[in-house]
Amino acid sequence: MSSWELSDDHEIFRRVVRDFAESEIAPHAAQWDRDHHFPVDVARAMGDLGLFGLVFPERWGGGGGDFASLCVAIEEIGRVDQSMGITLSAGVGLGANPIHQFGSEDQQDRWLPDLVAGRSLGAFGLTEPDAGSDAGATRTRAHLVGDEWVIDGSKAFITNCGTEITSIITVTARTDDGISAFVVPAGTPGLVVEPPYRKLGWHASDTHGLLLDGCRVPTTNLLGKPGHGLRNFLSILDDGRIAISALALGCARACLEHAVDYAKQRNAFGGPIGRFQGLAFQLSDLAVAIENAHNLTYKAAWLKDQGRPIGQAAAMAKLYSTETAVTATRVATQVFGGAGFIEETPIVRFYRDAKILEIGEGTSEIQRLVLARGLGLPVG
Amino acid sequence: MNVVVCVKQIPDPAAPPSLDPGTNNLIRAGKLILDDSDAYGVEMALQLVDKAGEGEVTLVSMTPNGETSGLRTALAMGAAKAILISDDSLAGTDALGTAKVLAAAIKRAEPDLILAATESTDGYTGTTPVQIAEILGLPSVTFAKKVEIDGGSLKVERQTEAGYDEVESPLPALVTVTAGVVEPRYPSFKGIMAAKSKPVETLTIADLGIDAGQVGAIGARQEITDVSASEERASGEIVVDEGDAHQRVIQFLEQLKVL
Repeated sequence: MSSWELSDDHEIFRRVVRDFAESEIAPHAAQWDRDHHFPVDVARAMGDLGLFGLVFPERWGGGGGDFASLCVAIEEIGRVDQSMGITLSAGVGLGANPIHQFGSEDQQDRWLPDLVAGRSLGAFGLTEPDAGSDAGATRTRAHLVGDEWVIDGSKAFITNCGTEITSIITVTARTDDGISAFVVPAGTPGLVVEPPYRKLGWHASDTHGLLLDGCRVPTTNLLGKPGHGLRNFLSILDDGRIAISALALGCARACLEHAVDYAKQRNAFGGPIGRFQGLAFQLSDLAVAIENAHNLTYKAAWLKDQGRPIGQAAAMAKLYSTETAVTATRVATQVFGGAGFIEETPIVRFYRDAKILEIGEGTSEIQRLVLARGLGLPVG
Repeated sequence: MNVVVCVKQIPDPAAPPSLDPGTNNLIRAGKLILDDSDAYGVEMALQLVDKAGEGEVTLVSMTPNGETSGLRTALAMGAAKAILISDDSLAGTDALGTAKVLAAAIKRAEPDLILAATESTDGYTGTTPVQIAEILGLPSVTFAKKVEIDGGSLKVERQTEAGYDEVESPLPALVTVTAGVVEPRYPSFKGIMAAKSKPVETLTIADLGIDAGQVGAIGARQEITDVSASEERASGEIVVDEGDAHQRVIQFLEQLKVL
């Protein structure tokens, strides 16, 4: 592909994922949201479709596809359910990808086949109660006792870490060499998965805090070189930013589609409300923003697929798309009027789900920092 | 067990359709997708070949503009190959002309069984499959809800208004499959990628030995003389419960003779 325009293959794939999302996810999304239910069978069905393995080599059962395909999948799943969209994004980007990027052959052979097939889910524990954007402030510690690492500390806001199919959680911890990463299999003694958070949104996505209390893993569970844990993680965070941009794009697109439909159907003052410019022009502006978000997202994905630097492009895409998503939920709610405040309309769910997009995988402030540094500004 | 499935590539029903004002035919110039109603035939064919343990599924399709994206969806589901008859002279072909072209292509594939949807989503004549069977001199069984192959013969449960008929037929035969009788699989990502390298044989009508005068608008014996908008559905009746709503609902259902 010599330009970042999506190919026919991408569009055929988009159609398949959309069919799947509209048949298997959309009819149940509101119920899962209400019940705070993580639908493990649907995660497995997404695995059967090949979504968790899209970007990984066939050697481990992956599809050998490009990153743009993954973005298409995340966008389309996110268009009907942000919770399942983040489940996919985190499962691939934070669960399987670190093992694929930094794992030894043994580690890859051991964990990747199930992660790639969607039979199991992986999670990544970086954030701590006192270390978020400043991940260098990690307090969790690991020390070597015999042929085992003993890990102590706590992690916060960890996606996919407590599902019944969670197989591994990669955690960062301070060692003598700096910050290192360790693969902690689910069920390891000393690993405590705390009760689920009561979140504003993403109710069907699995999120917990973790306690590591004398948690022991064999030395072979060290992921990557000692002291490279943070550096390695930051390098894959750029991929995650493009993925979140795709998720935000799905959210914004859903809001525009719902709002346009409603503006055509809902009558006030003797006709459909979409004939009022005050409302119609907001949707016009939203369409422009979504086109921009699409372009930034798939340009960044294309750069990644070309093996070119993505830091600035990923930050731009993530910043712009997530802020567009939040705007889209606000505009759509306004179009829906009172109905937009009622849980029976999907807009409410998107409204609650959108805000986290501006926070996770690097806040909007961090993206602006990355971009300001890219401009050569002496920002802190 | 070699199965041919007739599949149609149609304009995306999600986009508003438009008619050619001169011919009243649906404009099929843009991107075409696999007709949803054909996904059932493809799925059933894949299941039958799986069960037989040998053979393959071949798609046969016809379009004036060389479009293959609908075929690729069916190839991604698992069909082995496709024959596409694409020729400028096919524009405006009626159902009988279509049947002649498809029959000629199907003959080359020498299938044990031919599956088709009962009707397409865009044209809705529902006549093409039986015409193909007639041209090929094969038995046809319509409205199948279940198809089994037992040795050299075919067993079909054929949907009727009252229930279903059990029908047996020798092979080869043509069967039309009603929508919803099987659950079409989603093509996996690997399937989509694999579909790219599956053979799509593109033929012209000359390759099939068909004269241009028999197809297209020239060969069509059927003409759409007029198109009019369907009547808008009358709004429903709202029954407000004043203690007797159940009786009024029963009365209403009795009027419809459903009770």
